[in-house]
Amino acid sequence: MANKLTKIKWKHYINYIAVAIVTIVFGSLAFAGALPSSALYLLEKIAISIILAVSLSMVVGFLGELSLGHAGFMCVGAYLGGKASALLEPMLRGVPAGKEIALVISLVIGGVVAALFGIIIGLPALRLKGDYLAIVTLAFGEIVRSVFMNTSTESFGGALGLSTPRYNKNFLFIIAFVLVLVCLAVTQNLIRSKHGRAITAIRDNEIAARATGINVTKYKLAVFTISSLFAGVAGVLYSYSNYNVQSAKFSYNYSIEILVMVVLGGMGSINGSIIAATLITYLDNTLQTVLTGDLAVLQDLLYALILIVIVIYNNAPALKNFRERFNLQALLKRKFDPNHQKDDEAKWDRVPTKIEMNEVLSVDVQPQMSTLDPDKKEGV
Amino acid sequence: MEFIETLLNGLSIGSTYAIIALGYTMVYGIAKMLNFAHGDVIMVGGYMIFLTMANIGNPVLGLLIAVLFCVVLGVSIEKVAYKPLRGASPLAVLITAIGVSYLLQSTAQIIFGSAPKMVVVADLGNLTIGSLTVPYYMLITLGCSVVIMVALSLFVKYTKTGRAMIAVSEDKGAAQLMGINVNAIITITFAIGSGLAAFAGFFMLMKSPSLSNTLGAMPGIKAFTAAVIGGIGSIPGAMVGGILMGIVEAISLTIPAIAPYTDAIEFLVLIVILLVRPSGILGKVRREKV
Amino acid sequence: MADIILKTENLGISFGGLKAVSEVNLEIKKKQLYGLVGPNGAGKTTIFNILTGVYKPTTGKVFLDGEDITGKTQMVINHKGIARTFQNIRLFNNMTVIRNVLVGLHDQPEFKCSMLASMLRLPKHFKVEKAMRARAKEILRVVGLEEERNFLSCNLPYGKQRKLEIARALATNPKLLLLDEPAAGMNPHETDELMTIVRRIRDEFDMTVLLIEHDMKFVSGLCDEVTVLNFGTVLAQGTAEQALNDPEVIRAYIGG
Repeated sequence: MANKLTKIKWKHYINYIAVAIVTIVFGSLAFAGALPSSALYLLEKIAISIILAVSLSMVVGFLGELSLGHAGFMCVGAYLGGKASALLEPMLRGVPAGKEIALVISLVIGGVVAALFGIIIGLPALRLKGDYLAIVTLAFGEIVRSVFMNTSTESFGGALGLSTPRYNKNFLFIIAFVLVLVCLAVTQNLIRSKHGRAITAIRDNEIAARATGINVTKYKLAVFTISSLFAGVAGVLYSYSNYNVQSAKFSYNYSIEILVMVVLGGMGSINGSIIAATLITYLDNTLQTVLTGDLAVLQDLLYALILIVIVIYNNAPALKNFRERFNLQALLKRKFDPNHQKDDEAKWDRVPTKIEMNEVLSVDVQPQMSTLDPDKKEGV
Repeated sequence: MEFIETLLNGLSIGSTYAIIALGYTMVYGIAKMLNFAHGDVIMVGGYMIFLTMANIGNPVLGLLIAVLFCVVLGVSIEKVAYKPLRGASPLAVLITAIGVSYLLQSTAQIIFGSAPKMVVVADLGNLTIGSLTVPYYMLITLGCSVVIMVALSLFVKYTKTGRAMIAVSEDKGAAQLMGINVNAIITITFAIGSGLAAFAGFFMLMKSPSLSNTLGAMPGIKAFTAAVIGGIGSIPGAMVGGILMGIVEAISLTIPAIAPYTDAIEFLVLIVILLVRPSGILGKVRREKV
Repeated sequence: MADIILKTENLGISFGGLKAVSEVNLEIKKKQLYGLVGPNGAGKTTIFNILTGVYKPTTGKVFLDGEDITGKTQMVINHKGIARTFQNIRLFNNMTVIRNVLVGLHDQPEFKCSMLASMLRLPKHFKVEKAMRARAKEILRVVGLEEERNFLSCNLPYGKQRKLEIARALATNPKLLLLDEPAAGMNPHETDELMTIVRRIRDEFDMTVLLIEHDMKFVSGLCDEVTVLNFGTVLAQGTAEQALNDPEVIRAYIGG
């Protein structure tokens, strides 16, 4: 029993340990002065990507709703958090550790305001499904960006962008990875609890979840809120990491980039999201330094090709046999037993982004939907 | 008078959106996928027009070549990227479409460079009736769009292929059992949608001559929004949605206080409409879809 | 009155101009096994959908244990004590068998644990999880799925998936269990087994069961009382033998 318990614990905490080791190793290197600031900047970027990917994976991978507006929440966090610290910093100048206090307060402000927006976007999520929700979240992101772009120079910098106070890079790096750990802890603990079961139940079959007494409204709102909270926190981090916030950064392309991390990492797999976020951010950064000038566009081309090939390879029904034969997991385990799949791991082809009415309706008589109250449209 | 000018401007913007939205909505209705790369087909059409204008100088020929090239491109994209994923998760198809979109944008940038090109399709001048001044390009856009929409509606309603499209959009399996070649119908749908995208590219270049590799990105998103507003999968819905978006855009651009927020307002319209009618203006959950 | 668990008064619903169900009066007593039969399209599943809150009835009222539950949401009705299974099985396919049941146990008051407590991994979380697992195993034992508890539910054979749906519904601790064609797709052996299970559920959980079924042997072998529907209206009501031998019922089924 004790043996079994330690085994489970190792499996559950391996990603915390990995992140902690990275933090300690690079942290000590940084304080020893052995890391160039470009490396620290890259590490911060990776931390931000991980927070974004893990928080989005809650919505897409576990709740099964498609969101294309994650950058919008990040944008809210970046601007409000950045602005808060820019205001607080001079006020707290005389106070000991004033700068750090300003940082913490601005993280809270950025996160909380983004979370409030998450609730607002969560409300349509209660009525809309799949592609419709995706376009609404995309629209939300674009609205936020457009609003911040047109603010005055005094308020949020407008087209010039908002400048944020500069922090010690070493300190910021530690904060970033601590936040990664917090984000991981909250997400994983939630997913690996009865609440996580309820959330995945909504993803797998919303109608059955309702009939089983699950409070779908509560959980959808909760997931959107928590997810956007962390997106906001990532935004605040971003604003410090870059010293400047430009609204152009937060277009839907960036939301899609985060979505790609989640999808390539494997839906419903937090570790996958972490790995994909790290790799993509690292590759992005490396290619950016290697391919300069006119060659820079090759990076996008490469990115696009890799994306297409990976998605087709992973999903094409025609390649199913091939995939099963050369399954990495199967090769490692020798024997692949589909019955012992991990509980939280969703299968790609089962995550619905669109619910067909025929599938939803199992009544004796097909009702004339147009005459019904729109509320009932998603009924059984 | 000013109001009529604004309205006409809105109608011409809107009909361009409607033409693009038709591509989205038809592909969605038939293949049940969100073709994110549709906007970038417009951009490719734009470059084709640019090439023809630079070498031959005939805008009509440019349009023809653009349409042909886009049709071939659209069909090849479908065959290479989307067809292997038929039956896979819609999310996987969406991601692939996003990949195709990036691919087209970066390829165009490699070939044509990142600096915008100027393509003056034709300097047509304005039509003046009394105090009313209307640029000719608006009238051409409007006229062509109306012809296209009427033709498309008739095509879908009265030809065998069009009816087959309706059948496939209703129930792919049943249509197949009735002897309809579903793959051929999907190919035709992509061909029509991409051809329309080339037209949209032409209209957009008439309006403003600047051409870059992101020409189709924002209009694509907005047209998709229009398709959703109208009720995605519905042909009349795409037209209504497109026109509505265009008029909102034109009106918002004339009011200085809200002009910078035009994009935001258009997206806000989408959110509000979807909250009131979760399946769009003309979208019913079970309706004639193509 | 006290021993009537479910009562519907003049229940009816129309979609557009079509009356799918009209004037249905049911009275189901505690611990009764009650059958709802009728040809396809008679409105049986529609009644289930009204009872569980998927549809709001156009006319009439539903009383559960004397309490008016007409027009309440699915979640509220489930919490008040009606659980159901589905005609076309609706399991959480990506989850193991035991997890499906654990989802059913989610809202039981004895397993309360706030989201914050779970996120912070307070001792309460572990206590609740352990208790829930024990309870889920107990329920799986009753329907005979204890062995398969770590299988993915989509890999179970059809008959066992139906049993798992029953287990999940039971986990919500209902007063009334609605089974929508529980024996569909089962072989005679499995059907017999299911009859035993339904009886065992009634006895062990003091459960009242309302079921839709086309297998008349199953209905007459199991149900104390039967209502026959046709075109959304009640054709006959009474003991299984009475109702099924009613000349009207025979005409509706066989024609003529």
